[in-house]
This record gives sequence, structure tokens and C-alpha cells, in this order.
Amino acid sequence: MKNNIVLSGNNIVKTFGFGTNAVTAVNHVDFSFREKEIISIVGESGSGKTTLANIMLGLLKNKKGTINFMGEPRNLKGHSRRKAYWKKVQAIFQDPFSSFNQFSRVEKILIDCLKLRGLKLTPAHTIDKLKEACNFVNLKFEEMQNKYPFELSGGQRQRLMIARIAMLKPKILIADEPTSMIDACSRATILEMLLKLRDENNMTIVFITHDLGLAYYVSDTIYIMEKGNIVEKGPAQEIILHPKCEYTKRLLADVPKLHNEIVS
Amino acid sequence: MNKLLLNVSELTTYYKTRLNEKIYAVDRVTFALESGKIIGIAGESGCGKSTLALSLMGFYFPPLYYNSGSILINDIDIMKIKYASLRKLFLGKEIAYIPQSAMNALNPTKKIFKFIRDIMKGHDHKLPTSKIKDIAINRFRTLNLPERVLYSFPNELSGGMKQRVVIAISTILNPKILIADEPTSALDVSSQRIVLDLLKDLMNKNFVQSIIFITHELPILKSISTDIMIMYAGEIIEKGKVNDVIFDPIHPYSKALMGAIIVPEYGMKNQKLTAIQGTPPNLKNKLTGCRFAKRCKYVIPECTKTDIQDKYFKTRPYKCIFDYTKLKEINKYEK
Repeated sequence: MKNNIVLSGNNIVKTFGFGTNAVTAVNHVDFSFREKEIISIVGESGSGKTTLANIMLGLLKNKKGTINFMGEPRNLKGHSRRKAYWKKVQAIFQDPFSSFNQFSRVEKILIDCLKLRGLKLTPAHTIDKLKEACNFVNLKFEEMQNKYPFELSGGQRQRLMIARIAMLKPKILIADEPTSMIDACSRATILEMLLKLRDENNMTIVFITHDLGLAYYVSDTIYIMEKGNIVEKGPAQEIILHPKCEYTKRLLADVPKLHNEIVS
Repeated sequence: MNKLLLNVSELTTYYKTRLNEKIYAVDRVTFALESGKIIGIAGESGCGKSTLALSLMGFYFPPLYYNSGSILINDIDIMKIKYASLRKLFLGKEIAYIPQSAMNALNPTKKIFKFIRDIMKGHDHKLPTSKIKDIAINRFRTLNLPERVLYSFPNELSGGMKQRVVIAISTILNPKILIADEPTSALDVSSQRIVLDLLKDLMNKNFVQSIIFITHELPILKSISTDIMIMYAGEIIEKGKVNDVIFDPIHPYSKALMGAIIVPEYGMKNQKLTAIQGTPPNLKNKLTGCRFAKRCKYVIPECTKTDIQDKYFKTRPYKCIFDYTKLKEINKYEK
């Protein structure tokens, strides 16, 4: 691996629709993510953040451009290749409820992750693994085990999602607005857990968010996206404290702050 | 002189579960609201913020029930008058409510103008439709909302626009008090700013005289409100001016909340977020003493023995067993 770059994209273009109705959601975007790096992609609604995330995940096909994964061109043809890719690249979505199978209990959801990893374990060992994962996210396995996802609160669901990630140990985690539906206290807990996971597993985390405060707090690199284009990218300190692009300045001005002006 | 608009004293409401258990989600809440004030209510999820907002309307439907206390508007206790006259005389005119998921509050089969017509006709059925149209167009113009919105269906509007439309509709009768329950929670920063500006605009143009703003994002309260109340487990545990509460919180819970704020400001990067361990208590069980005791860092055995009464530091009430000076001392010691 050259320079530890795990995922990189070159000249990515994605359009929806045909002919005169075509909408370019992602317009000639380049990105490269290093190992253990935390990246935030920030933009307004409709700026193409989620489309870009879906392309990174391989859920959408890009029209133009190439994506390299672990130094080699990414190939997602065929079920087995896709499955292997998703073992290494995982995602957390905004609404955790829609990402669980609502007909299976918490226990089953977690056991399915172990199956995805292809581990063959004895029942006792499996339970140990599940308990370990639940402990990591401060959930009590005994209480959770027989519950369905709809019985959990928003914060609990999001933590269950992180328990999955903790068991799967992916190389890259794409977190699409992971904290926009939960309150400030649970947000702090969840960020703490994600940072801990990063340190333990050398994971790369890509945050897709509109919260500049969150992006500044967690990330090393920030990409600012406007209407499908990356208009500014650089180290977090630089972007937030000394923004150069007009769009970034406007976004920053819109965020409610504690002190009226940014002191630098 | 500021006029007293709303006076709530010892309001207690509860939810009744299927098993006939009572959950007191709002417990002995007392506060007053004057004209020109924007009160922010902050707290974790499940602290009773939204239930308080619903309870203030005086309009209860199962599983929410009224237990005791009074809500005075214009010196009339709205808990003692009949529902029919409450709807006719108070709701919408004196006090209006923006529900939490305003995005889904609009019936998708109706055009926006029809909502306004229904509200106006509901309060005065003799009003001709042409006059209602004039009022609606005028109001939308003063609030800088495009006129075409009136003739469109809710699904043709973006999230931010829907939110603004809901605010415009609920304030069409110029209510004195507006209760906004998380109006910005699902919006991105730019739309959030536009909604906040709209609320300020409503105040400046005197369409509403005071706002109760419910949120868990404290930086938003800093930018819009004049006062803050912190709620925990159905009780108000601290109350004060914005800057006092945010920069000098008294109660350990408020302090912990302030530790979880994230803002894009210099120095945020190296700051450590303090998450509060544990979860809010289950209100099914009768709790004595301080409700935060289980999660509090400074807990002593006396905390849970007797109920804690309100204490005052200058004019700021708070609910803690320790005095202000004692709390400051502990804090210093910790650093």
C-alpha cells in the first residue's frame, strides 16, 4: 500500500435522470482517505453528500471515474466480491431503525454479523462475543437479547449499530449523519465510542454531516461540498478557523455559536 | 413594563399505560412567561420537555392526563374552562403550538391555503374566503415566504420550507404565546438559520409576544432565547438568563449538559466532551429526593432521603442539596 491510502476516488461523476432532466449529483470529485484518518464531508441538504457516500459504499454505480480500494482498482462484479467488500467497508445511517431487520430480535441481528465475518464459533463462545460487543457500547445484553428494534430508543438503536461495527471490525466506516436524530448527551457518548473503535482497529471513519461543530471536533480532514462539487478541503483547523471559500464562510456564519465571534 | 402572559404553577400531568401505571412526565412545574421573552427549555430526550409543551395547551387526550396545578392566561385558569370554549377562545389565539415533527404535520392531500382557511373559519365561520386569502397573502409577504406556496401541496415543499409554512400557519391568528417544539431538529444549518430568523421576525413584527422554544441544542438557545430552563425527569432543575446558565451553570446536571456542547470555535478541538453516564430514571417508580442522584458525581446519601426544595442564588432558582458556593468549591477542587 502506497502512503497507507485505503480508499481513493478519481474524477467521480454521478448523474440521475436522462437528457435535459439530468441532475449531476456528484461532479468530478476526487478524494483519498488514509488509514486511521477521520474525514468529514460537510454540506447543505441536496449537496450530494449521501450520493457520494453511497458510491463509496458501492450501493450506487458512478458514471465516470475510478475508485481504488487498498491500492487496487475496486471490482464489485459478482455477489461474492461485493460481500467481501462489505466485510471491509461498513456504514451507519441517519435513521438506525430503517437499517435493522425489524422482524429479528437483537440477538439475531448480532449473530448475523458474526456469520458475515465467517467465524465458526461454539454457542457459548458466540454469547461471549455478543456480551463483549454489548459491553463495549454500554448495553446490557441480558436486557436487550429478546427485544425487537422498535422497542429500543433512538440512542440505543444507534449504539446497537455501533456494537455491530465493533464485531465486524471493518477497515472503513462510513457514518451518514450518525448523530442528527439524537440528543446532545447521547451524541457525546456515541462519538466517544467511535473514536475508541478507531484507535483499537485502525479504522478509517468518514462522517457525512451538516454539523460543522461535529466535523471540527472529530475529524482530521474536512471536505466541503456544494452542489456536487468539493469546493474546499484541508485540515480541520484550517477550514474552520481560516475558511477561504465563500460557501464555507456562509455555512460557518449560519451555525449558532456560544461566543459571538470566532477567536483565533 | 413587561406584561405577564402565562403563569404556570405546580403543574403535574401523567401518562397512563395499558397496565394502569401512572408516569408523571411533568412534575410540579412552576414558571411565568412575560411578553418579549423567549424561554428555552433544554434537557436530554425523555426528560418531559415535549410533554410539558403539550400540557401547556390545556388540551389533553389519552394517554396524557391532567393531575393538578394551574395554567393562568389573562388571569383565567384554562384548566377550569370547558374544552369547547378553550378551543374557541384560547388555542390558536392566545397560545399556539408547533409540533415536533412539523414535517409530517401537514395533511398531504390539502393545499397550504386550505389549512389557513380551516383555522380562520374554525374561529370565525362568517369570515369570507376572499378576506382570508388577503390575510394569508399579506402574512406570507411580510414573512418573506413566496406566495406560490399557498397554492402548493405539502409534498412540493422542501423540509425547511415546510417548517416555515407550519410556523406561519400556526401564528396566523397572532397568538400571544408560541410553543415551538424542536422546530430545527431535522434541518441543516442554513435552513435552521432561516427558521430561527423567521421566529425572531415574528417577535419583531409583534405577531407573537413570547416564545417557548424546546430543544436539546444549547448553542441554538444561545442565539435566540433570553431565558433558559433546564429540565430533568419531569422537573425544572434550573432557571436563569441565557448567559448565566450557559457560562455559569449551577446544577451538576446543567454543568454536564454544557460539557456535551459541540461548536465550531477555537479550542473545541482539544476539549474533551463529557458524556453523562447512565440513563434518566424510570418515572414509573415514585422517586424521593434528587432525581439526578444516581448519575451525579457529587452524590451524598442525604440526596435521596428527602425531597429537595428550590434554592435561590440571587434570582436564579435551582434544585440541588448543595449551596451555590459549595458547588463552586467542589468544582474548583476537581480541577
